[in-house]
Amino acid sequence: MARYRPDLRESEATPEALWLRRRDFLRLGAAGALSALLPGPALGGGPEGAGLPVARRVDLAGGEKQSTWDQITGYNNFYELGLDKEDPRRNAGTLRPRPWTVRIEGEVKQPRTVDVDDLLEWFPLEERVYRMRCVEAWSIVVPWVGFPLADLVRRVEPTSRARYVSFTTLLDEKQLPGQRRAVLPWPYVEGLRIDEATHPLALLAVGVYGRVLPGQNGAPVRLVVPWKYGFKGAKSIVKIAFTAEQPRTTWNLMAPQEYGFYANVNPKVDHPRWSQAKERRLGEFLKRPTLPFNGYADQVASLYTGLDLVRNF
Amino acid sequence: MPGRRRLLVPAAVAIGLLPLAKLVFDAATGGLGQNPIAEALNRLGYWTLLFLALTLAASPAHDWLGLSWPVRIRRALGLLTFGYAALHLATYAGVDQFFDWAAIGTDIAKRKFIAVGFATFLLLAPLAVTSTDGWVRRLGYRRWKALHRLVYAAALGGVIHFLWRVKIDLREPLFFAIAIGLLVLLRLVPRPARPRRAPASAGPRAAAPPPPPTP
Repeated sequence: MARYRPDLRESEATPEALWLRRRDFLRLGAAGALSALLPGPALGGGPEGAGLPVARRVDLAGGEKQSTWDQITGYNNFYELGLDKEDPRRNAGTLRPRPWTVRIEGEVKQPRTVDVDDLLEWFPLEERVYRMRCVEAWSIVVPWVGFPLADLVRRVEPTSRARYVSFTTLLDEKQLPGQRRAVLPWPYVEGLRIDEATHPLALLAVGVYGRVLPGQNGAPVRLVVPWKYGFKGAKSIVKIAFTAEQPRTTWNLMAPQEYGFYANVNPKVDHPRWSQAKERRLGEFLKRPTLPFNGYADQVASLYTGLDLVRNF
Repeated sequence: MPGRRRLLVPAAVAIGLLPLAKLVFDAATGGLGQNPIAEALNRLGYWTLLFLALTLAASPAHDWLGLSWPVRIRRALGLLTFGYAALHLATYAGVDQFFDWAAIGTDIAKRKFIAVGFATFLLLAPLAVTSTDGWVRRLGYRRWKALHRLVYAAALGGVIHFLWRVKIDLREPLFFAIAIGLLVLLRLVPRPARPRRAPASAGPRAAAPPPPPTP
């Protein structure tokens, strides 16, 4: 099978001997994460971190220009690592993405705890280029590396009672010092209906630009739901729970009039304090119109047939 | 030392323009981060509120600390406030929205925090216009002073605009709310008995007379 590697200068390319063996890679990833603790070169520049073996590449952003490494990893909402957009990159050194386990529980045949490295062995990794629309009306285009959430859901065999899936971020004030301030009820929880979770576009991401996910982007594993506002994408996940009831999700708990459970990108439903009709793509001057379901309406609109998208925002 | 006194206002203006210089420098050198327009808006709004608070601090500094120089630069501080407010608004309308008047109109009509921000600017504008000695004479000091009490409404508006805008981190708007609240409080409580300075020491400037006793 052809292995895709993103455009790298020859000098930056990972030696072949390394990318042939995934386990070694992942250890290298841990080393890379540790080295982030050390004072490194000036912020900015090209992709950094260990490479990931990518089995195939799918562009699902209509060929739009990908945002730069700097834009993707230097402008983040990850309040557990600081409230300003530049904070998470600066503070990501406290997050240790290895060793890491993910608890899978609730309405599944066999609840279990999976090491993230085993999780990576379960499925071939693919690159998916998605648009990402933040609820704050800015957007980027991200070449994620990950695997379909649907593959994981099928593998862990939810029971017939499972109607929702929730994703919980690590709760650890040492690794995520922002949790010392109760600006949100920690830990961060997000959730999907099970039919959303099994939609082929829903992704569990472990990398970006062919490299292991940097801490500020939610290492080692995060949710990516490209037709929803970015806050649905829970970062640094330690628990995936299948439930019969709709999970209580963080922003919806915090400000239910501003952030709905669905949070589908919708230019016609404004945030109470700003319009969602347009967005600023980072790096662009003029705002561009926001697309229904962030441009993925053809694939996902049928999930919401008969649902009032204004009331269920 | 009349030479030093003459330098006071130009020095205050020069220092007051440093944040703007830094903004221009950062904008030219990529120092505004990945979303430079949002960063510029935030910085301009922050400096508007800061200079507004400093303007309001001049009278209490005189009454409670016996300092006269803050009163002498108060007009400059007020005009800096208006300047940053105007740049903030211009950046919103001309850069962020790129003169999309329909979107701007909708924003003002539908978003409370933008309506309050816009109203605050409209309150500051007549104060800037009537900040000259000529306008003090034309209006008469009593009326001029009554008009310039609008600055308190503008301060309230500015703080509310900021409070309603932030998503989660209330520290900065609360800092301004508390600081401005305290400054207003200092104007309302009876001032300590302090020998009045001779009028000559405060200067004969019509626009910056020592404030009369609080009613």
